[in-house]
Amino acid sequence: MSVSTTTYGILAEFTTPADAMRAAEKVRDAGFRRWDVFTPFPVHGMDKAMGLKNSRVGWFSFIGGVTGYTTGMLMIWFLNAVDYPILIGGKPLFSPFGAFPPSYELTILLGAFGAIGGMLFLNRLPRLHHPLLKHRRFALASHDRFFVVIETADPKFNEVEIRKLLEAAGSRRIELVEE
Amino acid sequence: MATVTSSAAVPVVPKELLREPLVTNNRTPGWISDRVASLIEGRTPAWWWVAFIPSVLLAALLLGMLAYQISTGVGVWGNHHPTMWAWDIINFVWWIGIGHAGTLISAILFLLRQKWRTAVNRSAEAMTIFAVMCAGIYPAVHVGRVWFDWFLFPIPNSNAIWPQFRSPLMWDVFAVSTYFTVSLLFWYVGLIPDLAVMRDRAKTKIRQFLYGLFSLGWTGSNRHWSNYEKAYLILAGLSTPLVLSVHSIVSLDFAVSQLPGWHTTIFPPYFVAGAIFSGFGMVLTLLIPLRRWCHLEDIITMRHIDVMCKVTLATGSIVGYAYGMEFFIAWYSGSPYERFAFINRALGPYWWGYWIMIACNVVFPQLFWFKKIRHNLWIVFILSILVNIGMWFERFVIIVISLHREFLPSNWAYFKPSWVDIATYLGTFGLFFTLFLLFMRFLPMIAISEVKGVTPHADPHMPEGGAKGGHH
Repeated sequence: MSVSTTTYGILAEFTTPADAMRAAEKVRDAGFRRWDVFTPFPVHGMDKAMGLKNSRVGWFSFIGGVTGYTTGMLMIWFLNAVDYPILIGGKPLFSPFGAFPPSYELTILLGAFGAIGGMLFLNRLPRLHHPLLKHRRFALASHDRFFVVIETADPKFNEVEIRKLLEAAGSRRIELVEE
Repeated sequence: MATVTSSAAVPVVPKELLREPLVTNNRTPGWISDRVASLIEGRTPAWWWVAFIPSVLLAALLLGMLAYQISTGVGVWGNHHPTMWAWDIINFVWWIGIGHAGTLISAILFLLRQKWRTAVNRSAEAMTIFAVMCAGIYPAVHVGRVWFDWFLFPIPNSNAIWPQFRSPLMWDVFAVSTYFTVSLLFWYVGLIPDLAVMRDRAKTKIRQFLYGLFSLGWTGSNRHWSNYEKAYLILAGLSTPLVLSVHSIVSLDFAVSQLPGWHTTIFPPYFVAGAIFSGFGMVLTLLIPLRRWCHLEDIITMRHIDVMCKVTLATGSIVGYAYGMEFFIAWYSGSPYERFAFINRALGPYWWGYWIMIACNVVFPQLFWFKKIRHNLWIVFILSILVNIGMWFERFVIIVISLHREFLPSNWAYFKPSWVDIATYLGTFGLFFTLFLLFMRFLPMIAISEVKGVTPHADPHMPEGGAKGGHH
């Protein structure tokens, strides 16, 4: 049985997070690479079951925060001590203490931009067209069902073997997803 | 299918040690989606129109008052020498204080792993955003010439001058605008999976398009959840120092000045506690009727109301301590001006404002010590409104009473608000409730995916039927 080129992958439906997690462990141990689990809420322990590494979002946020703090300090120093110095109440033209509150806020602002931008970038979102979103059953992934999807692009893809594996993991409903 | 095998291995927990579950009646994840989405998908309830129409009329009143004030000048307000800050800044601080509960619930309680937050965080965050919008109007228009508001930001201009960053008022600009932006983003990030829920249920083309567009193509992929949860954790970690800094910086607007009654180091923590106190007051005021009208009793349970009452009691007591400490320091400082400022608060011409504040903020919230009170929704609702009134009077006491009697008796006057002051303030309620009602009609007012995640059904190690009903 050959898989046509227009098939995106195989979709297996599960009714509990425990079943989906056990299936994920099996798929991980079978050595698949292009596959994913879809859940209506983040399932605790699923990252480990899938063999995912710690998310790299933190680095984006860190870079954002450092940029924010430096921008704040340099901006205030340049504006109030270099470009247009005004002496107020005998205070120094630039002091890291007076410049701290705005720089602190900018650290948080750009750190938050970094976290959200990093999350969207790593997830390759927004992506409004996805083969799964056209699939009839898949709408339940945001409701109360759990799906394991193995893509045809995976080097180990073999429909018969995958069906066996997912059935053994407890899925009652296994379907092909069109591209 | 091995869903029931583990129940034999679970040790039996004595009944008195079980916590009340976060979602009562053992509701399933599917039920949660259906219940929350029905608020958007069902027919508009009559009570919604009853609330919405007066809100819109009041919002129109706000627009009218702002147009009148901007076209005429700040003289239409009651502000006059020496009370040059009055209702404008009182209402600014009051609204922004209310905004603090949302971020506290969404960020600090998230870091503290208080799972009960999931039922109330979405609506509290929305409340925050709308309250900050109402707050933002006041500093923008109180400058008189609103068309120069952009001077507040470091934008290059033809005068070649820059803002002066040694002033706390500049810090405030950065604090409040950052707070608004980050709160909005935090709220939106939380909404993405729930917008996907709405997209997947949508029956009409326009809903499919709009929910689809704003959910950014969310699929619920675990690879996405992994990055998403990390980003959410970082946002919570960033919002925690943010929420503590915003009201601290607002308090520095006062504390950095030399005025007796304002020039105190206790202000930052005292303002933050007061802000959280008033914010929880407003959350209770909003959610007690909503949980009933929207039939959300299984999601926003009595346990939720109970813990929110306890937070209100704790922060109210901190505020009470701060009031006492202010008086002690005024006496202990030995400064006759400080002593006068505080005696004038309690016994001067505005004594009634001071004692309303003490009664509403310190005395009445002590009733929350009693479980019977915390479980009587009518009393909790009335107390939550008293908290809001009390916190308004706190800002009145700090601003008007400190200003109205200056160092020289020739600079003494009795402030009275003008009708424009009062109508503008009423108008901000119109704006707030208009936005809130639109929010609850078009966006999921309960964080669907987060509430699903705290049900026993969501625990992969304790499948349905597990005894761990009320995990913390």
